[in-house]
Amino acid sequence: METIISIKPLLAVLVSLFVIPVLISSSGKPNVRESWIFVAGAIKLILVLSMLPVILEGKQIALTLFEFAPGAAIAFRVDGLGMLFAIVAASLYIVTSVYSIGYMRGLDEHGQTRFVSFFALAISATIGAAFSANLLTLYLFYEILSLATYPLVAHHQDKKSRISGRRYLTFILGTSIALVLPAMIYCYHVTGTLEFSTAGIFSDQLSKPAATVLLLMFVFGFAKAGIMPFHSWLPAAMVAPTPVSALLHAVAVVKVGVFSIVRVMTGIFGVDLLSNFNLGVVVMSIASVTILVGSCIALSQDELKRRLAYSTISQLSYIIFGVALLSPQGLLGGVIHIVMHAFGKITLFFCAGAIYVATGKKYISQMSGLGKKMPFTFAAFFIGALGVIGLPPSGGFYSKWNLILGTLEAQQTIFMVVLLVSSFLNAFYFLPIVYKGFFGKSEEEDDNVPVKIQEANLCLVIPLMITAVISIVLFFYPTVFVNLIKVGLGI
Amino acid sequence: MDNYPALIVIAPLLAALLAGLAVWIKERLSYPIALMGLAVSTFSAFKVLMQVIDSGTIQYKMAGWTPPMGIEYRIDLLNAMVLLLVSSIAFLNLLASYKSVEIETNDRAGSFYTIYLLFVTGLLGVTATGDLFNLYVLIEITSLTSYAMVALGDRDRGPLASLNYVFIGVIGASFYLLGVGYLYLKTGSLNMLDVANILSGIHGSSTVLVAFILMMIGIWIKMALFPMHVWLPNAYTYSPVAFARIVAPLMTKVMVYVMIRLLITVFGFDYVFETLNLADAVVWLATIAVLAGGVMALSQKNLKKMLTYIIVCEIGYMVGGAWLGNQLGMTGAILHILNDALMTFALFLAVGNMVYKLKTVDLIDLKGLFGKMPWTMAGFVLAAFSIIGVPPTCGFFSKWYLILGAFEAGAYHFAGALIISSLICAVLFFKVFEICFFEPMPEEHGHVDSHSHVIIEEAPVSMLIVSGFVSLSLIVVGLYSGTIVNTIILPFLK
Repeated sequence: METIISIKPLLAVLVSLFVIPVLISSSGKPNVRESWIFVAGAIKLILVLSMLPVILEGKQIALTLFEFAPGAAIAFRVDGLGMLFAIVAASLYIVTSVYSIGYMRGLDEHGQTRFVSFFALAISATIGAAFSANLLTLYLFYEILSLATYPLVAHHQDKKSRISGRRYLTFILGTSIALVLPAMIYCYHVTGTLEFSTAGIFSDQLSKPAATVLLLMFVFGFAKAGIMPFHSWLPAAMVAPTPVSALLHAVAVVKVGVFSIVRVMTGIFGVDLLSNFNLGVVVMSIASVTILVGSCIALSQDELKRRLAYSTISQLSYIIFGVALLSPQGLLGGVIHIVMHAFGKITLFFCAGAIYVATGKKYISQMSGLGKKMPFTFAAFFIGALGVIGLPPSGGFYSKWNLILGTLEAQQTIFMVVLLVSSFLNAFYFLPIVYKGFFGKSEEEDDNVPVKIQEANLCLVIPLMITAVISIVLFFYPTVFVNLIKVGLGI
Repeated sequence: MDNYPALIVIAPLLAALLAGLAVWIKERLSYPIALMGLAVSTFSAFKVLMQVIDSGTIQYKMAGWTPPMGIEYRIDLLNAMVLLLVSSIAFLNLLASYKSVEIETNDRAGSFYTIYLLFVTGLLGVTATGDLFNLYVLIEITSLTSYAMVALGDRDRGPLASLNYVFIGVIGASFYLLGVGYLYLKTGSLNMLDVANILSGIHGSSTVLVAFILMMIGIWIKMALFPMHVWLPNAYTYSPVAFARIVAPLMTKVMVYVMIRLLITVFGFDYVFETLNLADAVVWLATIAVLAGGVMALSQKNLKKMLTYIIVCEIGYMVGGAWLGNQLGMTGAILHILNDALMTFALFLAVGNMVYKLKTVDLIDLKGLFGKMPWTMAGFVLAAFSIIGVPPTCGFFSKWYLILGAFEAGAYHFAGALIISSLICAVLFFKVFEICFFEPMPEEHGHVDSHSHVIIEEAPVSMLIVSGFVSLSLIVVGLYSGTIVNTIILPFLK
């Protein structure tokens, strides 16, 4: 495999970092500050996209910064998988920035400079995690991301956000120090390297019990992926302003967790070792429990953002489920769900935020009849919901289709049932919201007066329209991402 | 110039005498004199480190007397690094101290600088010397000066804390001296290399064993290894903040250096880890120290005191690492001397800034501090992350080596203790951050307090710059850990 040395991955990581001092110094002038965000976001996206053609050709881009021990360096390596994740994060960051202007100004939030600065730091860390060449670098960016998002979760600085922030850190920082750190150092102790490679880093040093324990330490340790029982930080984190929930807790943070698990499974253990020891089924069972229980809990939530959060928990496990199938189709379906779920779920969160800004309503029971007032928002919500349920014509269908084929290919028919049941549950907790929104009656509604359209401001509506449209486009043109996965995983 | 090794120690000594004289002539002169002395010392230490890296160990005979009769300064990679660390921290701290010394010990500033310089001279001498008895004398110089310093601090509790410190400190010194006595009895020499050569032939001797154990206990008391730590928290909490900032990062770390020097150079790895059967017990002791330090820190209500217990915990890291008996553990311990000194220094600098503005630093005094002192807090947060061990701060990398060494030695309990202590530190610091971030400042003048309209009231710029510089250095040192390990620590251990 050809490797190109280039500074581009580093620049893509640093650009949002360097813009932070500028953001702080222009804190008195919101418009100037926000334009800098877009400049940085655009440069970042261009840098990421400029690497795309090379990656699609099957080459990789690498850069080693600090080698602190043999085999343990702070280094970047862009491959198909990292590219896929970086494109999703960098492009949605720009959309979210537009949305966040509308949201934060619409609600006249305090501490906006702090908010955008830590947001920029978080997205830097996300891109860093995507481009990490080894487990050490991944761990580094994982931790930075945990810490950078804490002030965002706790943004309101009241009692509720204090409790939620504490839970957020306890789960995310606690598991990564208690489980991932020793597991990582043990891997290094055994093999002397942490570099990702598709063949895995172990040859025959691990017995089956040791491999199982190690794998479970990673799977549970990367708690950002929301695998039960380490999931409850995610609903708690919904106290954050909605742009945070949308980009970080539907895309960046949670998917860094999933991405880390995928990297460990495919790059540290390697598909061969996992299938030799038959460990795929172990992970798949854990993921299945999360998928089903998460969906069931989502059904019972009345607060829209919490319902979305539980839906996210369950959907994240789809990705891990797919990878744990260890078959080409399963890997494809799992990894591409990172993309499909991202666009679907962010749309749903955008809608939740838009409804809150326009009407102040947070609870699903208050939302009947609202679709007449906010037709665009509810239409987008419908499309987003289709994506998450996995129905055509949304991108979500593509991933679910491959996942189901994957279960057949791996001859795990029982697990196919999990997917089908979960899809039904997804439909149950999303579609009534849309139905009641358009056809239900709100309490204050008067039959004689025609309902006026009262959408939220444009900064909120345009982003959610964009992500909804992309969600449909992905159904017809998933090719780029499919190719990236094929190149990245060599399938 | 070949006299840099001597200059490192003599410059602050001379400056101490001059600063002391200046009290009678013009007290304001003592500060620039002290600063000059330490600047020369730092520069010399830097020169010496470069020279040692280039051309190997330097042997410097004081006044030309040859060992084993005369006193020899023997500077290899390890103490060259520690010398630079000590002198530069002492220098930087002095830069930041002018204003706080003025406030805390305003009528005795001249004597403060004099004692400060003598203390630093002692530490540098301890690090540079190649003579066991000379080492004792210099340890006592540092100890005596710190007794005086502690007594200069808090007017109510300082003297008592100091008295406590004196009693235990003297016991520790006696143990060490007794050990040296036994060793002299057996070998007839006090020069470290000379003693090491003689010892290699008499490993079975019980006199040597007694000497070894006495010296170790003496040093452990001086470095506050749990359960011999009781003097430390009060002494450091109630001393003047400008002194706490230097004694906290340096005193215990220099003692760890002495321990490593005794293990490697004087008694030798073979004797300690093969003839003796103590290593397991000591690693267990260190494990308990790590956990106990963390747990005791959890129950503190005063920020300064909480940090002193973290020092007790960190001592356990280094003792454990050094006693794992493999290269990785020793690398971790040595790297942690550097890293822990820097991060403790960064923490205490931030605390110094807080004390300057708030007077007391009980945890409840810290409400709303992110709004009031954002720069100080930024430095504090970075240092805290380093203690927790978040990459890329330097604390992570020494922990990496320590855990790796623990795995290699099969000391899983020690690895577990390191992980648990990281978690405890995370709890500790986020408890502080929560108070600083969520709880609004107490209303002072009756006006309504909201998060959006906080007036920034920072410490003086000189203090902020030093604090920011040291905090950023945590990241830089962290990123260059590989270079430090490869050019200093590994060549030393070979």
